[in-house]
Amino acid sequence: MSSFWSIWITVLTLGTLIGCIFLLRWTLTNFTGVKEGESMGHEFDGIEELNNPLPRWWSIFFMVTIIWGFVYLAFYPGLGNFKGIFGWKSSNQGITSIADSKAQTQAAKDAGLAVQYDREVNSAQERFGPIFEGLAKQEYSELVKNEEALRIGQRLFLQNCAQCHGSDGKGTTGFPNLTDDDWLYGGSPEEIEETLLYGRKAQGMIAWKTMLGGEQGVKEVAAYVRSLSGMDVDTELADAGKEKFAMCAACHGSEGQGSHAMGIALGAPRLNDDIWLYGGSPRAVEASIRDGRAGVMPAWKDFLGEDKIRVVSAYVYSLSADKTDNE
Amino acid sequence: MNRHEKVEQHVGWFFIVTIMAISIGGLVEITPLFFQKETTQPVDGLRPYTALQMEGRDIYIREGCNNCHSQMIRPLRAETERYGHYSVAGESVWEHPFLWGSKRTGPDLARVGGRYSNDWHYAHLMDPRSVVPESNMPSYKWLAETPVSNKLSAEKMKLFNALTKNRSHKDENGNPIPLYSDDDIANAGAEFATTKSITGKDSLTEMDALIAYLQSLGHALK
Repeated sequence: MSSFWSIWITVLTLGTLIGCIFLLRWTLTNFTGVKEGESMGHEFDGIEELNNPLPRWWSIFFMVTIIWGFVYLAFYPGLGNFKGIFGWKSSNQGITSIADSKAQTQAAKDAGLAVQYDREVNSAQERFGPIFEGLAKQEYSELVKNEEALRIGQRLFLQNCAQCHGSDGKGTTGFPNLTDDDWLYGGSPEEIEETLLYGRKAQGMIAWKTMLGGEQGVKEVAAYVRSLSGMDVDTELADAGKEKFAMCAACHGSEGQGSHAMGIALGAPRLNDDIWLYGGSPRAVEASIRDGRAGVMPAWKDFLGEDKIRVVSAYVYSLSADKTDNE
Repeated sequence: MNRHEKVEQHVGWFFIVTIMAISIGGLVEITPLFFQKETTQPVDGLRPYTALQMEGRDIYIREGCNNCHSQMIRPLRAETERYGHYSVAGESVWEHPFLWGSKRTGPDLARVGGRYSNDWHYAHLMDPRSVVPESNMPSYKWLAETPVSNKLSAEKMKLFNALTKNRSHKDENGNPIPLYSDDDIANAGAEFATTKSITGKDSLTEMDALIAYLQSLGHALK
């Protein structure tokens, strides 16, 4: 803040406080020439105005609040650039980037300034940081058996993941079920961790309508895709779709086994099981083929941090892992 | 007649003295902010809205989203744990009007950009309870039926250039860089032609614009 505005604020603030003292003195002084408690000389409807002073308790409290004002301004920042004796502030000011925010936090810490928000975060970090650090050091084989870790993981899951994957992790149309053993990008704890850290973006499922020669082509391929998982389909359509499926096989595999089974991270779902991310009805499968799909999993590294993500990964893994294996 | 009585009984004096008394708070707390760097200069990462995001923002205003969703993360750990870094003034210097809101019936949206996928926003705006069972947010289905127009986008860009004249980024020589270049303004419609609608329709709808806006929120400080 420039010194002009600093002085502006200081003068107006202190001026107001001092002005209040004068105002109080002014209104407490008897200028009327009428003695205290005597009639001011007019009366209406039997009610007479007497020259009574302000109540004493009231004027004393007025004075106390003024003194409180001065004391407050001495200890807390209120007068322009004056930081106050406590050096307290609610949060760092004039932040221009995340890096700047971190630098300011460090600078305030080094200078011994009491930044309320930073203190709050630090004390939480001191309390919870070591817990997460300790958990993150554990191997996944231990972590998935650690009841405490799983409970913490569940909390974090409910807070951050349930909006899409559901509070039970069973997902909904377009958002994968995490409790089955079908994985778009792999279901090992390490693969889940990678998904959480960096996010995922399904590649390549563009709108296929034109490439397949219009609506008829879409219907044919949809019929063939549905036949892969043993559903009743129009065999004529399915046979026609089988040839066209060659285009799909690049990502979904020649038997529709999905990109993960082929060892590539494209997020192309397995098609020969009865799990359908976007629905398995003829209409839903046709819509997926016609308009394309592009599922996105946001990256959480910056938001949750690696330690917490490890705990969430263990929890997500525990949803589908056969727990008897670990005992 | 003493001076106090003069003030009390003379409406002109009473008016003047009252105005003086009540303006001091504003003079001390508001006026200096017009001239502070942190309240007039953008944060480093601030980017202007694209034409589509700008249209989405107007839909956000029209539907009154700001009545239930704030865009103001306070410097309290309980909030930053959930929403991310607290909001700073430099993120809002280009906002006309600002959409900070004052009530949270729904969650804060200041940093919702990138938090969910476009698909999620689409599912959620069509039927909030399909993804958040306990939600009491209304459905905004009609947005997916209403085409969005870029007829006024260029005008809006010009207007925002004028409104943010002294608050834009500066180049190395300290000259202001307008939010939108002449090229940006001339091509305000291009984005509408190349973006694919999330609704599966052939042209963009208000749903696409609103989601584009939501996905743009909060990236300046992330």
